[in-house]
Amino acid sequence: MTLPKDLTRREIFVKVGIVLNSIVGVILAVPILRYILSPIARERSKSDDSWVALGELQQFPSGETRLATYRNPVVNPSDGQTADIACWVRNINGKTFQVFAVNCAHLGCPVRWFPQSGLFMCPCHGGAYYQDGSRASGPPERGLFQYDYKIEGARLLIKAGQLPTPGQPSQASNLVREIRPCA
Amino acid sequence: MRLVTSLAKWLDARLQLGSTIRETAEHAVPRETASWFYVFGSAAFVVFLLQIVTGILLALIYVPSAGEAWNSLQALNHNVPLGWYIRALHGWGSNFMVAIVLIHMVQVFLFGAYKYPRELTWIVGVFLLLVTLGMAFTGQVLRFDQDAYWGLGIGASIASRVPVLGPSVVHLLLGGPIIAGTTLSRFFALHVFVVPGLLIAFVTVHLLMVIKLGINEWPVPGRLVRKATYEKEYHELTKKDGLPFVPGAIWKDLFFSAFVLLSIAGCAYYFGPFGPSGPPDPTIIQTAPRPDFFFLWLYAVLSFLPPSMETPVLLIGPVLIILALLLLPFIFGEGEKSWRRRPIAVLTILLVAVSLTAFTQLGEHTPWSPVMDAWSGVPISKDLLHNRTALERQGALVFQVKQCHNCHSLGDEGGKRGPALDAVALRLTQDQLIRQVIQGGGNMPAYGKNLSPAETTALVAFLETLHPAGQRPAQDASRSVVLGENTAADASNPR
Repeated sequence: MTLPKDLTRREIFVKVGIVLNSIVGVILAVPILRYILSPIARERSKSDDSWVALGELQQFPSGETRLATYRNPVVNPSDGQTADIACWVRNINGKTFQVFAVNCAHLGCPVRWFPQSGLFMCPCHGGAYYQDGSRASGPPERGLFQYDYKIEGARLLIKAGQLPTPGQPSQASNLVREIRPCA
Repeated sequence: MRLVTSLAKWLDARLQLGSTIRETAEHAVPRETASWFYVFGSAAFVVFLLQIVTGILLALIYVPSAGEAWNSLQALNHNVPLGWYIRALHGWGSNFMVAIVLIHMVQVFLFGAYKYPRELTWIVGVFLLLVTLGMAFTGQVLRFDQDAYWGLGIGASIASRVPVLGPSVVHLLLGGPIIAGTTLSRFFALHVFVVPGLLIAFVTVHLLMVIKLGINEWPVPGRLVRKATYEKEYHELTKKDGLPFVPGAIWKDLFFSAFVLLSIAGCAYYFGPFGPSGPPDPTIIQTAPRPDFFFLWLYAVLSFLPPSMETPVLLIGPVLIILALLLLPFIFGEGEKSWRRRPIAVLTILLVAVSLTAFTQLGEHTPWSPVMDAWSGVPISKDLLHNRTALERQGALVFQVKQCHNCHSLGDEGGKRGPALDAVALRLTQDQLIRQVIQGGGNMPAYGKNLSPAETTALVAFLETLHPAGQRPAQDASRSVVLGENTAADASNPR
């Protein structure tokens, strides 16, 4: 191999050194990026959702809406209380239920149930929802988020594990049609 | 003394920095820049140093674990001697730093300092503003209380609106599917390593450019910036009428920094530390989360945006604002510097200041939020119940029990979400009241399913009494004709 005259041996070594470091850099970048992006990989695999028990059915009297809590199905040792999540359970007629996330569909603040007026109200920006979770007024664009539920024996179970946010692809079964007053 | 001198000589012989430092300190600056208007940049830097020191002190005790963080803050507040004071210094230092950075930016903008050749200094300054706000937000998260927890939920809800990538961005932000241990850990890493690292890097470049390019001269109306001649003119100005930075100008920086530090120390002592509020337990839902002072304006904006505008404004707005700030020195890189001849610049600052102040003020009072305990905690004034029929008083009871008071005020008490009802009977006739209660509309929920006919009748009877004495309530003129009723009887005798 003939070398160009203006390139000394050392200059070539410098270039080879830079190339070597670039290759090592790329090799290291792969595990680093996979480490950083691991929360997304987990999200894609949908491994976070699973069925958790909310308690005995008798805790949720027919015709009433009660607050229930559960421990998130995926827990890390450092999570502390943050892995305890609350949700609203509405027992419609003793057989049919609705389980709502406490997170407002606007920006996620915790909504409170007012049985007297039959409304969920949000303390942050004033979103309000009817008892079936449909939007009543305020800034939310949709009704409350709902969990899938099933009854096993005398226990109520919901499929949970994610913080519900407005951007999530909504499952058709979870959508509450908005009840609009006729003008 | 001789020992100190010889030690200094020994060090300088090895470090070789003495002459560079002396030259930098004594470099000539235009005489008029030795002004009280030019002290904000150095003050922001000094507050940043205070934040580094107090931050390290807090890290001695703070535990960045979702299960322990709140307890360690309680320990700082109550168990560790003067822990509360270090927390207060760090919290107030943060507020002062954001405020001083904003003031510095306004001064630089009004004095035209972003123009040629200091475009990059301004751009790095914009990044410094962003990382300062980033420090404020991540710091608020580390105060891992209810506000921090639900504030993260708000952040996640905003991030989730990014098209297509939304859910992935949320998971990346939270470090998992829910707000939990990994979330706090990554915000700790951001607040303590990543963002301060960026801040130090940007400050270094920013300062280096200030020294290399020279401090912006005092703007004189009519003295225009031209790329071809500016450097020569600036050089002549500092040569003809300059003075050494040390001690000519720096004494004002020192005085102001001392004043700022003393103010922070005073505020910290007098007002104490910020929070923490309740523990970060998501099952405690009796909470009304609110962001820290410098994000209140955003909180207010979020409640006023119409639903359809929200996502576009949230996602595109910040991009446009940052882009405008970054492009500013390229669009207006030459010409007039003095604010006396830049009315649009002055008006822009005024508009932004008035908007931010108004939104912050609204954020303090949150008139858009229902007052969650008004129905049980704010009684109806006796005057409104005096000389009322049993039906009307029953209506007042319905008004309380059905939480109408949470959104509607009477006598300035109660919620401000809906209109005040002190004179509602002047605005709406009996039929209109019934329709509004049952069907809702205009941002009011429909109560048709939750009020029995008797309750609605009572409530409307009460609402019809709400009008100033001496003014007749609204009436449907056609109704008395159609039904052949006496109008006076109709007003006080609902069906």
